[in-house]
Amino acid sequence: MSWRQSAAVLLLALCGAAMLPFQGRLAREAQAAYFQKTLLDIDLRERIGQAGFLAALSGFRSPLAAILWIDAHSAWENTEWGRMAGLFDTVTTLQPRSLTYWDMAAWHMAWNASTAAMQNEKQPSEALRIKAQREYFNLGRDFLERGIKNNPDRSELYLQLAVLLRDKFEDHCAAAEAFAKAAAFSDAPPYAARFACYELAKCPGREREAYEKLRALWLQGEKQRLPSLINFLRELENRLDIPAAARIDSAPAHPQN
Amino acid sequence: MRLAGVVWAIGRNTLTELVRQKVFYFLLIFALLVIGNSAFIAKLSFQEQFQMLKDISLGAMSVFGALVAILATANFLPKDMEDRTIYTILAKPVPRHCYLLGKLCGILALLAVAIFLMSGVFIAVLWIRESAVLAETRVQFASAPPEELALAVKEVTASTFNANLLPGILVIFIKSALLASLTLFLSTFATSSIFTILMAVALYFIGHLQATAREYWLSGLDVEWWSRFLAALVSLLFPDLQAFNLTDDIIAGTAVPLKLFLGTAALGGIYIAVYFALSALVFSGREL
Repeated sequence: MSWRQSAAVLLLALCGAAMLPFQGRLAREAQAAYFQKTLLDIDLRERIGQAGFLAALSGFRSPLAAILWIDAHSAWENTEWGRMAGLFDTVTTLQPRSLTYWDMAAWHMAWNASTAAMQNEKQPSEALRIKAQREYFNLGRDFLERGIKNNPDRSELYLQLAVLLRDKFEDHCAAAEAFAKAAAFSDAPPYAARFACYELAKCPGREREAYEKLRALWLQGEKQRLPSLINFLRELENRLDIPAAARIDSAPAHPQN
Repeated sequence: MRLAGVVWAIGRNTLTELVRQKVFYFLLIFALLVIGNSAFIAKLSFQEQFQMLKDISLGAMSVFGALVAILATANFLPKDMEDRTIYTILAKPVPRHCYLLGKLCGILALLAVAIFLMSGVFIAVLWIRESAVLAETRVQFASAPPEELALAVKEVTASTFNANLLPGILVIFIKSALLASLTLFLSTFATSSIFTILMAVALYFIGHLQATAREYWLSGLDVEWWSRFLAALVSLLFPDLQAFNLTDDIIAGTAVPLKLFLGTAALGGIYIAVYFALSALVFSGREL
Protein backbone atom coordinates (compact mmCIF):
# COMPACT_ATOMS: atom_id res chain seq x y z
CA MET A 1 0.00 0.00 0.00
CA SER A 2 1.52 3.33 -1.07
CA TRP A 3 1.56 6.34 1.25
CA ARG A 4 -1.13 7.98 -0.89
CA GLN A 5 -3.45 5.02 -0.42
CA SER A 6 -2.81 4.97 3.33
CA ALA A 7 -3.38 8.74 3.49
CA ALA A 8 -6.63 8.33 1.53
CA VAL A 9 -7.95 5.74 4.01
CA LEU A 10 -6.90 7.92 6.94
CA LEU A 11 -8.53 10.99 5.42
CA LEU A 12 -11.67 8.97 4.73
CA ALA A 13 -11.86 8.00 8.40
CA LEU A 14 -11.34 11.64 9.44
CA CYS A 15 -14.09 12.81 7.07
CA GLY A 16 -16.32 10.04 8.44
CA ALA A 17 -15.68 11.27 11.99
CA ALA A 18 -16.40 14.86 10.98
CA MET A 19 -19.68 13.84 9.35
CA LEU A 20 -20.96 11.75 12.30
CA PRO A 21 -22.89 14.60 13.99
CA PHE A 22 -24.46 15.61 10.66
CA GLN A 23 -25.47 12.02 9.90
CA GLY A 24 -26.97 11.63 13.37
CA ARG A 25 -28.91 14.89 13.07
CA LEU A 26 -30.22 13.92 9.63
CA ALA A 27 -31.33 10.50 10.93
CA ARG A 28 -33.21 12.18 13.80
CA GLU A 29 -34.86 14.64 11.39
CA ALA A 30 -35.91 11.73 9.16
CA GLN A 31 -37.39 9.88 12.12
CA ALA A 32 -39.25 12.99 13.24
CA ALA A 33 -40.74 13.32 9.73
CA TYR A 34 -41.92 9.66 9.90
CA PHE A 35 -39.16 8.31 7.63
CA GLN A 36 -37.31 5.03 8.18
CA LYS A 37 -39.54 3.82 10.99
CA THR A 38 -39.54 0.21 9.80
CA LEU A 39 -38.21 -2.17 12.41
CA LEU A 40 -35.97 -4.63 10.57
CA ASP A 41 -35.60 -7.29 13.25
CA ILE A 42 -35.19 -11.06 13.60
CA ASP A 43 -38.96 -11.57 13.56
CA LEU A 44 -39.22 -9.93 10.14
CA ARG A 45 -36.15 -11.88 8.96
CA GLU A 46 -37.94 -15.14 9.79
CA ARG A 47 -41.06 -14.08 7.94
CA ILE A 48 -39.48 -12.85 4.68
CA GLY A 49 -36.45 -15.13 4.42
CA GLN A 50 -32.81 -14.22 3.99
CA ALA A 51 -33.05 -12.83 0.44
CA GLY A 52 -36.09 -10.74 1.33
CA PHE A 53 -34.40 -9.41 4.44
CA LEU A 54 -31.31 -8.47 2.42
CA ALA A 55 -33.55 -6.65 -0.08
CA ALA A 56 -35.32 -4.84 2.75
CA LEU A 57 -31.98 -3.82 4.25
CA SER A 58 -30.73 -2.57 0.89
CA GLY A 59 -33.46 -0.05 0.37
CA PHE A 60 -35.99 -2.19 -1.48
CA ARG A 61 -38.66 -2.36 1.21
CA SER A 62 -41.42 -0.96 -0.98
CA PRO A 63 -40.94 -3.25 -4.03
CA LEU A 64 -40.72 -6.23 -1.65
CA ALA A 65 -43.94 -5.13 0.05
CA ALA A 66 -45.60 -4.78 -3.38
CA ILE A 67 -44.59 -8.32 -4.38
CA LEU A 68 -45.87 -9.76 -1.08
CA TRP A 69 -49.11 -7.80 -1.51
CA ILE A 70 -49.66 -9.41 -4.91
CA ASP A 71 -49.03 -12.77 -3.19
CA ALA A 72 -51.66 -11.84 -0.59
CA HIS A 73 -54.06 -11.00 -3.39
CA SER A 74 -53.56 -14.51 -4.83
CA ALA A 75 -54.21 -15.92 -1.35
CA TRP A 76 -57.46 -13.92 -1.29
CA GLU A 77 -58.54 -15.41 -4.62
CA ASN A 78 -57.96 -18.85 -3.08
CA THR A 79 -59.68 -17.77 0.18
CA GLU A 80 -56.59 -18.67 2.24
CA TRP A 81 -57.46 -16.29 5.08
CA GLY A 82 -54.74 -17.40 7.48
CA ARG A 83 -51.97 -16.98 4.90
CA MET A 84 -53.42 -13.62 3.94
CA ALA A 85 -53.31 -12.39 7.53
CA GLY A 86 -49.64 -13.42 7.80
CA LEU A 87 -48.74 -11.71 4.52
CA PHE A 88 -50.60 -8.55 5.51
CA ASP A 89 -48.70 -8.50 8.75
CA THR A 90 -45.39 -8.67 6.87
CA VAL A 91 -46.39 -6.08 4.27
CA THR A 92 -47.53 -3.60 6.89
CA THR A 93 -44.30 -4.15 8.83
CA LEU A 94 -42.30 -3.41 5.68
CA GLN A 95 -44.36 -0.36 4.70
CA PRO A 96 -45.87 1.02 7.91
CA ARG A 97 -46.54 4.43 6.32
CA SER A 98 -48.74 3.10 3.53
CA LEU A 99 -52.37 3.72 4.46
CA THR A 100 -53.58 1.57 1.55
CA TYR A 101 -51.97 -1.54 3.05
CA TRP A 102 -53.39 -1.01 6.57
CA ASP A 103 -56.81 -0.08 5.23
CA MET A 104 -57.08 -2.99 2.78
CA ALA A 105 -55.68 -5.50 5.29
CA ALA A 106 -58.29 -4.44 7.86
CA TRP A 107 -61.07 -4.53 5.28
CA HIS A 108 -60.14 -8.02 4.08
CA MET A 109 -60.05 -9.33 7.66
CA ALA A 110 -63.06 -7.56 9.16
CA TRP A 111 -65.38 -7.78 6.16
CA ASN A 112 -64.33 -10.60 3.83
CA ALA A 113 -62.68 -13.12 6.16
CA SER A 114 -65.30 -12.59 8.88
CA THR A 115 -68.16 -13.19 6.41
CA ALA A 116 -66.42 -16.29 5.08
CA ALA A 117 -65.99 -17.56 8.66
CA MET A 118 -69.67 -17.02 9.38
CA GLN A 119 -70.67 -18.86 6.20
CA ASN A 120 -68.18 -21.69 6.69
CA GLU A 121 -70.14 -24.85 5.87
CA LYS A 122 -67.41 -27.07 7.27
CA GLN A 123 -68.11 -25.71 10.76
CA PRO A 124 -71.44 -27.04 12.04
CA SER A 125 -71.31 -25.16 15.36
CA GLU A 126 -72.79 -21.69 15.08
CA ALA A 127 -71.09 -20.64 18.31
CA LEU A 128 -67.70 -21.47 16.83
CA ARG A 129 -68.57 -19.68 13.58
CA ILE A 130 -69.50 -16.56 15.53
CA LYS A 131 -66.29 -16.87 17.55
CA ALA A 132 -64.24 -17.08 14.33
CA GLN A 133 -66.12 -14.10 12.94
CA ARG A 134 -65.33 -12.04 16.08
CA GLU A 135 -61.69 -13.01 15.82
CA TYR A 136 -61.54 -11.61 12.27
CA PHE A 137 -63.29 -8.42 13.42
CA ASN A 138 -60.62 -8.07 16.09
CA LEU A 139 -57.88 -8.74 13.55
CA GLY A 140 -59.26 -5.94 11.36
CA ARG A 141 -59.42 -3.62 14.33
CA ASP A 142 -55.87 -4.54 15.30
CA PHE A 143 -54.60 -3.65 11.81
CA LEU A 144 -56.30 -0.26 11.97
CA GLU A 145 -55.07 0.50 15.48
CA ARG A 146 -51.51 -0.41 14.57
CA GLY A 147 -51.87 1.62 11.37
CA ILE A 148 -52.97 4.64 13.40
CA LYS A 149 -50.04 4.18 15.76
CA ASN A 150 -47.71 4.35 12.75
CA ASN A 151 -49.61 7.19 11.06
CA PRO A 152 -50.94 9.44 13.81
CA ASP A 153 -50.65 12.43 11.47
CA ARG A 154 -53.30 11.26 8.96
CA SER A 155 -57.09 11.08 9.23
CA GLU A 156 -57.97 8.18 6.90
CA LEU A 157 -57.38 5.27 9.27
CA TYR A 158 -59.34 6.94 12.08
CA LEU A 159 -62.27 7.09 9.66
CA GLN A 160 -61.93 3.41 8.74
CA LEU A 161 -61.68 2.46 12.41
CA ALA A 162 -64.82 4.44 13.13
CA VAL A 163 -66.70 2.64 10.34
CA LEU A 164 -65.50 -0.73 11.65
CA LEU A 165 -66.53 0.10 15.23
CA ARG A 166 -69.92 1.31 14.01
CA ASP A 167 -70.76 -1.46 11.53
CA LYS A 168 -69.10 -4.55 12.98
CA PHE A 169 -68.74 -3.92 16.72
CA GLU A 170 -71.78 -1.64 17.03
CA ASP A 171 -69.79 0.30 19.63
CA HIS A 172 -71.25 3.74 18.94
CA CYS A 173 -69.39 5.54 21.72
CA ALA A 174 -65.99 4.36 20.43
CA ALA A 175 -67.07 5.04 16.83
CA ALA A 176 -68.06 8.60 17.78
CA GLU A 177 -64.65 9.13 19.33
CA ALA A 178 -62.84 7.80 16.24
CA PHE A 179 -64.95 9.95 13.87
CA ALA A 180 -64.27 12.98 16.07
CA LYS A 181 -60.51 12.29 15.96
CA ALA A 182 -60.68 12.06 12.15
CA ALA A 183 -62.70 15.27 11.96
CA ALA A 184 -60.00 17.12 13.91
CA PHE A 185 -57.62 16.85 10.92
CA SER A 186 -57.63 19.71 8.44
CA ASP A 187 -57.89 17.33 5.46
CA ALA A 188 -60.78 15.30 6.92
CA PRO A 189 -63.90 14.96 4.76
CA PRO A 190 -66.80 17.17 5.89
CA TYR A 191 -68.98 14.18 6.80
CA ALA A 192 -66.55 13.09 9.57
CA ALA A 193 -67.83 15.73 12.03
CA ARG A 194 -71.48 14.88 11.22
CA PHE A 195 -70.90 11.15 11.59
CA ALA A 196 -69.20 11.72 14.95
CA CYS A 197 -72.40 13.42 16.15
CA TYR A 198 -74.67 10.70 14.72
CA GLU A 199 -72.70 8.06 16.61
CA LEU A 200 -72.67 10.18 19.75
CA ALA A 201 -76.46 10.38 19.52
CA LYS A 202 -76.56 6.58 19.75
CA CYS A 203 -74.15 6.49 22.70
CA PRO A 204 -76.13 6.02 25.95
CA GLY A 205 -75.86 8.97 28.30
CA ARG A 206 -74.31 11.35 25.77
CA GLU A 207 -77.48 12.45 23.99
CA ARG A 208 -77.32 16.03 25.34
CA GLU A 209 -73.73 16.44 24.09
CA ALA A 210 -74.74 15.00 20.71
CA TYR A 211 -77.71 17.36 20.51
CA GLU A 212 -75.55 20.42 21.20
CA LYS A 213 -72.97 19.41 18.62
CA LEU A 214 -75.57 18.60 15.99
CA ARG A 215 -77.33 21.89 16.61
CA ALA A 216 -74.01 23.73 16.27
CA LEU A 217 -73.51 22.03 12.89
CA TRP A 218 -77.07 22.83 11.86
CA LEU A 219 -76.49 26.49 12.72
CA GLN A 220 -73.53 26.55 10.32
CA GLY A 221 -75.98 26.79 7.42
CA GLU A 222 -77.49 25.01 4.45
CA LYS A 223 -74.40 22.89 3.68
CA GLN A 224 -74.76 21.02 6.97
CA ARG A 225 -78.58 20.76 6.90
CA LEU A 226 -78.71 17.31 5.37
CA PRO A 227 -81.76 15.04 5.84
CA SER A 228 -79.90 12.66 8.21
CA LEU A 229 -78.70 15.51 10.40
CA ILE A 230 -82.18 17.01 10.60
CA ASN A 231 -83.70 13.62 11.43
CA PHE A 232 -81.16 13.01 14.21
CA LEU A 233 -81.80 16.50 15.60
CA ARG A 234 -85.59 16.06 15.58
CA GLU A 235 -85.28 12.69 17.28
CA LEU A 236 -83.00 14.12 19.97
CA GLU A 237 -85.29 17.11 20.47
CA ASN A 238 -88.09 14.70 21.24
CA ARG A 239 -85.99 12.48 23.49
CA LEU A 240 -84.53 15.41 25.41
CA ASP A 241 -87.83 17.27 25.60
CA ILE A 242 -86.46 20.42 24.04
CA PRO A 243 -88.96 23.33 24.33
CA ALA A 244 -90.86 24.05 21.10
CA ALA A 245 -89.37 27.53 20.77
CA ALA A 246 -85.82 26.14 20.74
CA ARG A 247 -86.53 23.42 18.17
CA ILE A 248 -85.11 23.69 14.68
CA ASP A 249 -88.55 23.78 13.09
CA SER A 250 -89.25 27.10 14.84
CA ALA A 251 -85.84 28.59 13.95
CA PRO A 252 -85.42 30.91 10.94
CA ALA A 253 -84.59 29.05 7.69
CA HIS A 254 -81.30 30.93 7.27
CA PRO A 255 -78.85 31.51 10.09
CA GLN A 256 -78.29 35.07 11.26
CA ASN A 257 -74.68 36.20 11.00
CA MET B 1 -11.14 28.25 -17.70
CA ARG B 2 -8.95 26.04 -19.89
CA LEU B 3 -9.28 23.21 -17.37
CA ALA B 4 -13.05 23.58 -17.39
CA GLY B 5 -12.93 23.14 -21.16
CA VAL B 6 -10.81 20.00 -20.71
CA VAL B 7 -13.25 18.57 -18.16
CA TRP B 8 -16.18 19.41 -20.46
CA ALA B 9 -14.48 17.70 -23.45
CA ILE B 10 -13.65 14.54 -21.46
CA GLY B 11 -17.14 14.46 -19.92
CA ARG B 12 -18.87 14.83 -23.27
CA ASN B 13 -16.65 12.18 -24.79
CA THR B 14 -17.36 9.78 -21.90
CA LEU B 15 -21.10 10.25 -22.32
CA THR B 16 -20.88 9.65 -26.09
CA GLU B 17 -18.80 6.52 -25.51
CA LEU B 18 -21.28 5.13 -22.98
CA VAL B 19 -24.23 5.87 -25.26
CA ARG B 20 -22.44 4.05 -28.09
CA GLN B 21 -22.06 1.04 -25.80
CA LYS B 22 -25.87 0.78 -25.93
CA VAL B 23 -26.18 1.34 -22.18
CA PHE B 24 -29.70 2.69 -22.68
CA TYR B 25 -30.99 -0.70 -23.80
CA PHE B 26 -31.72 -1.38 -20.14
CA LEU B 27 -34.52 1.16 -20.51
CA LEU B 28 -36.38 -1.39 -22.61
CA ILE B 29 -36.29 -3.81 -19.68
CA PHE B 30 -37.41 -1.02 -17.37
CA ALA B 31 -40.30 -0.10 -19.68
CA LEU B 32 -41.33 -3.77 -19.98
CA LEU B 33 -41.23 -4.11 -16.20
CA VAL B 34 -43.36 -1.02 -15.61
CA ILE B 35 -45.88 -1.70 -18.39
CA GLY B 36 -46.06 -5.43 -17.57
CA ASN B 37 -46.56 -4.67 -13.90
CA SER B 38 -49.27 -2.16 -14.73
CA ALA B 39 -51.15 -4.72 -16.85
CA PHE B 40 -50.83 -7.42 -14.19
CA ILE B 41 -52.20 -5.27 -11.37
CA ALA B 42 -55.19 -4.01 -13.34
CA LYS B 43 -57.51 -6.31 -11.32
CA LEU B 44 -56.59 -4.65 -8.01
CA SER B 45 -58.31 -1.58 -6.55
CA PHE B 46 -57.04 1.73 -7.94
CA GLN B 47 -55.28 2.63 -4.66
CA GLU B 48 -53.45 -0.70 -4.75
CA GLN B 49 -52.64 -0.31 -8.46
CA PHE B 50 -51.02 3.09 -8.03
CA GLN B 51 -49.19 2.00 -4.90
CA MET B 52 -47.75 -1.09 -6.69
CA LEU B 53 -46.87 0.89 -9.77
CA LYS B 54 -44.93 3.42 -7.72
CA ASP B 55 -43.32 0.73 -5.56
CA ILE B 56 -42.08 -1.34 -8.49
CA SER B 57 -41.14 1.59 -10.75
CA LEU B 58 -39.18 3.61 -8.21
CA GLY B 59 -37.59 0.42 -6.86
CA ALA B 60 -36.51 -0.52 -10.41
CA MET B 61 -35.20 3.02 -10.98
CA SER B 62 -33.12 2.70 -7.85
CA VAL B 63 -31.73 -0.72 -8.91
CA PHE B 64 -30.97 0.37 -12.48
CA GLY B 65 -29.45 3.65 -11.27
CA ALA B 66 -27.13 1.79 -8.88
CA LEU B 67 -26.20 -0.79 -11.53
CA VAL B 68 -25.42 1.80 -14.19
CA ALA B 69 -23.40 3.87 -11.70
CA ILE B 70 -21.28 0.92 -10.53
CA LEU B 71 -20.80 -0.84 -13.88
CA ALA B 72 -20.09 2.26 -15.98
CA THR B 73 -17.63 3.68 -13.44
CA ALA B 74 -15.84 0.41 -12.71
CA ASN B 75 -15.25 -0.16 -16.39
CA PHE B 76 -13.81 3.09 -17.65
CA LEU B 77 -10.28 3.07 -16.11
CA PRO B 78 -9.36 -0.50 -17.13
CA LYS B 79 -10.92 0.09 -20.56
CA ASP B 80 -9.05 3.35 -21.15
CA MET B 81 -5.83 1.61 -20.15
CA GLU B 82 -6.53 -1.34 -22.41
CA ASP B 83 -7.40 0.95 -25.35
CA ARG B 84 -4.44 3.15 -24.41
CA THR B 85 -6.60 6.27 -24.72
CA ILE B 86 -5.62 7.29 -21.20
CA TYR B 87 -1.97 7.64 -22.29
CA THR B 88 -2.95 9.86 -25.21
CA ILE B 89 -5.02 12.09 -22.93
CA LEU B 90 -2.53 12.32 -20.08
CA ALA B 91 0.38 12.95 -22.48
CA LYS B 92 -1.26 16.32 -23.16
CA PRO B 93 -1.33 19.06 -20.48
CA VAL B 94 -4.30 17.46 -18.78
CA PRO B 95 -3.99 17.12 -15.00
CA ARG B 96 -4.98 13.71 -13.73
CA HIS B 97 -7.71 15.10 -11.48
CA CYS B 98 -9.27 16.83 -14.53
CA TYR B 99 -9.29 13.53 -16.36
CA LEU B 100 -11.09 11.87 -13.41
CA LEU B 101 -13.48 14.79 -13.02
CA GLY B 102 -14.35 14.72 -16.71
CA LYS B 103 -15.02 10.99 -16.53
CA LEU B 104 -17.15 11.40 -13.40
CA CYS B 105 -19.13 14.24 -15.00
CA GLY B 106 -19.77 12.07 -18.08
CA ILE B 107 -21.09 9.26 -15.89
CA LEU B 108 -23.24 11.64 -13.85
CA ALA B 109 -24.67 13.01 -17.11
CA LEU B 110 -25.45 9.45 -18.19
CA LEU B 111 -27.18 8.80 -14.84
CA ALA B 112 -29.17 12.04 -15.14
CA VAL B 113 -30.36 11.14 -18.65
CA ALA B 114 -31.15 7.55 -17.62
CA ILE B 115 -33.15 8.59 -14.55
CA PHE B 116 -34.91 11.30 -16.55
CA LEU B 117 -35.95 8.77 -19.21
CA MET B 118 -37.05 6.19 -16.63
CA SER B 119 -39.08 8.88 -14.86
CA GLY B 120 -40.67 9.72 -18.22
CA VAL B 121 -41.72 6.09 -18.78
CA PHE B 122 -42.99 5.80 -15.20
CA ILE B 123 -45.00 9.03 -15.33
CA ALA B 124 -46.45 8.14 -18.75
CA VAL B 125 -47.65 4.72 -17.51
CA LEU B 126 -49.01 6.27 -14.30
CA TRP B 127 -50.84 8.93 -16.32
CA ILE B 128 -52.36 6.30 -18.66
CA ARG B 129 -53.56 4.22 -15.69
CA GLU B 130 -54.93 7.33 -14.01
CA SER B 131 -56.84 8.32 -17.16
CA ALA B 132 -58.34 4.81 -17.38
CA VAL B 133 -59.41 4.87 -13.71
CA LEU B 134 -60.84 8.39 -14.06
CA ALA B 135 -62.86 7.34 -17.10
CA GLU B 136 -64.26 4.36 -15.14
CA THR B 137 -65.04 6.61 -12.17
CA ARG B 138 -66.92 9.11 -14.38
CA VAL B 139 -69.04 6.28 -15.80
CA GLN B 140 -69.76 4.87 -12.31
CA PHE B 141 -70.72 8.29 -10.92
CA ALA B 142 -72.66 9.43 -13.99
CA SER B 143 -75.94 9.60 -12.08
CA ALA B 144 -74.42 10.79 -8.78
CA PRO B 145 -74.47 14.45 -7.63
CA PRO B 146 -71.54 16.53 -8.97
CA GLU B 147 -70.03 16.92 -5.47
CA GLU B 148 -69.74 13.14 -5.09
CA LEU B 149 -68.13 12.83 -8.51
CA ALA B 150 -65.70 15.62 -7.62
CA LEU B 151 -64.80 13.82 -4.37
CA ALA B 152 -64.25 10.51 -6.19
CA VAL B 153 -62.08 12.19 -8.85
CA LYS B 154 -60.10 13.96 -6.12
CA GLU B 155 -59.49 10.64 -4.39
CA VAL B 156 -58.16 9.08 -7.62
CA THR B 157 -55.87 12.00 -8.48
CA ALA B 158 -54.59 12.19 -4.90
CA SER B 159 -53.50 8.51 -5.13
CA THR B 160 -51.50 9.04 -8.31
CA PHE B 161 -49.35 12.13 -8.60
CA ASN B 162 -48.08 14.15 -5.71
CA ALA B 163 -45.33 16.74 -5.50
CA ASN B 164 -43.25 14.46 -3.27
CA LEU B 165 -42.42 12.12 -6.14
CA LEU B 166 -39.96 14.70 -7.51
CA PRO B 167 -37.69 14.82 -4.41
CA GLY B 168 -37.96 11.01 -4.33
CA ILE B 169 -36.60 10.75 -7.88
CA LEU B 170 -33.90 13.35 -7.14
CA VAL B 171 -32.77 11.34 -4.11
CA ILE B 172 -32.45 8.25 -6.35
CA PHE B 173 -30.18 10.30 -8.63
CA ILE B 174 -28.08 11.57 -5.71
CA LYS B 175 -27.66 8.04 -4.35
CA SER B 176 -26.60 6.77 -7.80
CA ALA B 177 -24.14 9.66 -8.17
CA LEU B 178 -22.69 8.84 -4.75
CA LEU B 179 -22.23 5.21 -5.81
CA ALA B 180 -20.49 6.37 -9.00
CA SER B 181 -18.11 8.51 -6.95
CA LEU B 182 -17.47 5.66 -4.49
CA THR B 183 -16.78 3.24 -7.36
CA LEU B 184 -14.41 5.79 -8.89
CA PHE B 185 -12.47 5.87 -5.61
CA LEU B 186 -12.32 2.05 -5.55
CA SER B 187 -11.19 1.87 -9.17
CA THR B 188 -8.15 4.04 -8.41
CA PHE B 189 -6.96 1.29 -6.05
CA ALA B 190 -8.07 -1.67 -8.10
CA THR B 191 -6.27 -3.59 -10.78
CA SER B 192 -9.34 -5.03 -12.50
CA SER B 193 -12.94 -4.01 -13.09
CA ILE B 194 -14.24 -7.25 -11.53
CA PHE B 195 -12.54 -6.38 -8.25
CA THR B 196 -14.02 -2.87 -8.37
CA ILE B 197 -17.54 -4.16 -9.10
CA LEU B 198 -17.40 -6.77 -6.33
CA MET B 199 -16.08 -4.24 -3.84
CA ALA B 200 -18.67 -1.64 -4.84
CA VAL B 201 -21.52 -4.15 -4.47
CA ALA B 202 -20.18 -5.22 -1.06
CA LEU B 203 -19.91 -1.58 0.00
CA TYR B 204 -23.46 -0.99 -1.23
CA PHE B 205 -24.75 -3.54 1.28
CA ILE B 206 -22.41 -2.42 4.07
CA GLY B 207 -23.41 1.21 3.43
CA HIS B 208 -27.00 0.33 4.19
CA LEU B 209 -25.92 -1.02 7.57
CA GLN B 210 -23.72 1.97 8.41
CA ALA B 211 -26.51 3.74 10.30
CA THR B 212 -27.10 0.63 12.44
CA ALA B 213 -23.36 0.29 13.14
CA ARG B 214 -23.15 4.01 14.00
CA GLU B 215 -26.04 3.80 16.46
CA TYR B 216 -24.53 0.69 18.05
CA TRP B 217 -21.11 2.34 18.36
CA LEU B 218 -22.38 5.61 19.75
CA SER B 219 -24.99 4.06 22.06
CA GLY B 220 -22.25 3.35 24.60
CA LEU B 221 -23.40 -0.22 25.26
CA ASP B 222 -21.11 -2.27 27.44
CA VAL B 223 -19.91 -4.80 24.83
CA GLU B 224 -16.63 -6.42 23.75
CA TRP B 225 -13.98 -3.87 22.61
CA TRP B 226 -13.54 -5.54 19.22
CA SER B 227 -17.27 -5.37 18.54
CA ARG B 228 -17.28 -1.62 19.19
CA PHE B 229 -14.09 -1.24 17.15
CA LEU B 230 -15.70 -2.95 14.16
CA ALA B 231 -18.82 -0.78 14.47
CA ALA B 232 -16.61 2.33 14.65
CA LEU B 233 -14.68 1.22 11.57
CA VAL B 234 -17.88 0.72 9.57
CA SER B 235 -19.26 4.06 10.80
CA LEU B 236 -16.15 6.00 9.85
CA LEU B 237 -15.15 4.40 6.56
CA PHE B 238 -18.45 3.69 4.83
CA PRO B 239 -21.17 6.01 3.56
CA ASP B 240 -24.58 6.08 5.22
CA LEU B 241 -26.69 4.85 2.30
CA GLN B 242 -29.74 4.33 4.49
CA ALA B 243 -30.06 8.13 4.68
CA PHE B 244 -30.94 8.10 0.97
CA ASN B 245 -33.78 5.62 1.31
CA LEU B 246 -36.54 8.20 1.48
CA THR B 247 -38.39 6.83 -1.54
CA ASP B 248 -40.03 3.92 0.34
CA ASP B 249 -41.84 6.32 2.63
CA ILE B 250 -42.47 8.93 -0.08
CA ILE B 251 -44.41 6.31 -2.07
CA ALA B 252 -46.46 5.61 1.04
CA GLY B 253 -47.49 9.27 1.10
CA THR B 254 -45.10 10.73 3.65
CA ALA B 255 -44.27 14.35 2.84
CA VAL B 256 -40.57 15.25 2.69
CA PRO B 257 -39.77 18.41 4.68
CA LEU B 258 -37.57 20.75 2.62
CA LYS B 259 -34.95 20.79 5.38
CA LEU B 260 -34.66 16.99 5.31
CA PHE B 261 -34.42 16.92 1.52
CA LEU B 262 -31.74 19.63 1.46
CA GLY B 263 -29.85 17.89 4.28
CA THR B 264 -29.90 14.58 2.36
CA ALA B 265 -28.79 16.33 -0.85
CA ALA B 266 -25.99 18.07 1.08
CA LEU B 267 -24.87 14.74 2.59
CA GLY B 268 -24.79 13.24 -0.91
CA GLY B 269 -22.83 16.23 -2.23
CA ILE B 270 -20.27 15.96 0.59
CA TYR B 271 -19.76 12.23 -0.01
CA ILE B 272 -19.35 12.78 -3.75
CA ALA B 273 -16.80 15.55 -3.18
CA VAL B 274 -14.87 13.53 -0.55
CA TYR B 275 -14.69 10.38 -2.68
CA PHE B 276 -13.66 12.39 -5.72
CA ALA B 277 -10.91 14.24 -3.80
CA LEU B 278 -9.55 10.95 -2.43
CA SER B 279 -9.71 9.36 -5.90
CA ALA B 280 -7.68 12.27 -7.26
CA LEU B 281 -5.15 11.86 -4.43
CA VAL B 282 -4.64 8.14 -5.07
CA PHE B 283 -4.76 8.44 -8.86
CA SER B 284 -2.15 11.24 -8.90
CA GLY B 285 0.47 8.77 -7.66
CA ARG B 286 -0.67 5.72 -9.55
CA GLU B 287 1.76 4.17 -12.02
CA LEU B 288 0.10 3.71 -15.37
